[in-house]
Amino acid sequence: MGKVFENARDAIDGLVNDGTTLMAGGFGLCGVPGALIEAVKETGARNLTVISNNAGVDGVGLGILLETRQIRKMISSYVGENKRFAQQYLSGELELEFNPQGTLAERIRAGGAGVPAFYTRTGVGTVIAEGKEVREFGGEKYLMELGLRADVSLVHAWKADTEGNLVFRKAARNFNPIMATAGGVTVVQVEHLLEPGALDPDSIHTPGIYVDRIVHVPNVAKHIEQRTVRKRPNA
Amino acid sequence: MPWTRDQIAARAAKELREGLYVNLGIGIPTLVPNFIPAGMKVQLQSENGMLGMGPFPYEGDEDADVINAGKQTITELPTTSYFSSAESFAMIRGGHIDLSILGALQVAQNGDLANWAIPGKIVKGMGGAMDLVAGVRKVIVVMEHVSKDGPKLLRDCGLPLTGSRVVDMVITDLGVFQIDKIGSNVMRLVEIADGVTLDEIKSKTEATFDIRVAGN
Repeated sequence: MGKVFENARDAIDGLVNDGTTLMAGGFGLCGVPGALIEAVKETGARNLTVISNNAGVDGVGLGILLETRQIRKMISSYVGENKRFAQQYLSGELELEFNPQGTLAERIRAGGAGVPAFYTRTGVGTVIAEGKEVREFGGEKYLMELGLRADVSLVHAWKADTEGNLVFRKAARNFNPIMATAGGVTVVQVEHLLEPGALDPDSIHTPGIYVDRIVHVPNVAKHIEQRTVRKRPNA
Repeated sequence: MPWTRDQIAARAAKELREGLYVNLGIGIPTLVPNFIPAGMKVQLQSENGMLGMGPFPYEGDEDADVINAGKQTITELPTTSYFSSAESFAMIRGGHIDLSILGALQVAQNGDLANWAIPGKIVKGMGGAMDLVAGVRKVIVVMEHVSKDGPKLLRDCGLPLTGSRVVDMVITDLGVFQIDKIGSNVMRLVEIADGVTLDEIKSKTEATFDIRVAGN
């Protein structure tokens, strides 16, 4: 059986159960694997732990899993834009672990690369340091942070071949390539699915070894969180 | 007259140098590019994975895949590169970004910075701020000198810290302070906004500071 699945529901079939830990790529609403998140919603699985830089907005991205109360814990760096998140957090329904964004990214990179822990200056002398080993290197203090993995990683890519080689588009790359390396099973939704040979081997961002399942999602809805423009000068 | 937000940003822009790689926070820092001297090349990094940020797009040219760390639509330049979040913070943590300009809730005289959480209010998260202040070579804070709750330049930050001994310079609507965060930990007032008096600054500052204003 190849890596390509007919639809998002088939692509995550059997992977997501009560208590599963998921990683979901994206920054804000950019590069978010929306079709796969929708398929997670349809499984009805609850008590999920979700590792994602943000938590979507109401009704979009991970916001839809908050609406259905399927998430028990989020590991994120910034959750500002989601009102439902705030309500569930304040009522104690939802557990939240804040990681500095760079620490979160490096924890995922390390997890995917088989590195159990690393040291970083980020967070020294802050609440982030509580309970963590502090060690001095060259007279400076560093915190020990642990590598991070998930049962399943959900990734959005621009182009893929059927082998799972991936290319991301512009700032929609963000957490997607590192999360692809850190999932027990990595599932990718891709805007353009191509035959082997169609991608330049020198331009591949994520080699297919990290990718287990692929679903073609053409014409994916892309959302803009802050539409900022300037006036076009008169021609 | 105290400086306006634009004047604070213009003063911060005077710290830019040809060829610097700079990360800008949200708020007043986003005004700084308006004051980059003509002909000076400065590369702006956005921690979501973009180096070489251009201006906002023309109406109708927005691309949902081209956003900055404030999730605003922006444009790319001929020099732009994109990379993953891990690569982005390797740049930051590895000391490759020269300058970070960001806002603050509180700054202490030893360079401690608080800008991400207020106990009792909803905490949105620190995003990349803790990584930036720990990793970027020079950190400049731009902010209003006082909040409605009082002074923001303090002996010690009461709010949860973003970083300990991380701030090099503070530019407010009243003046400019330098902090020797590595050596003496002394804060110095080095510039006063036109029409602002030293007495006014003293009355609105809890932190202890030396005065090294040219002409004083």
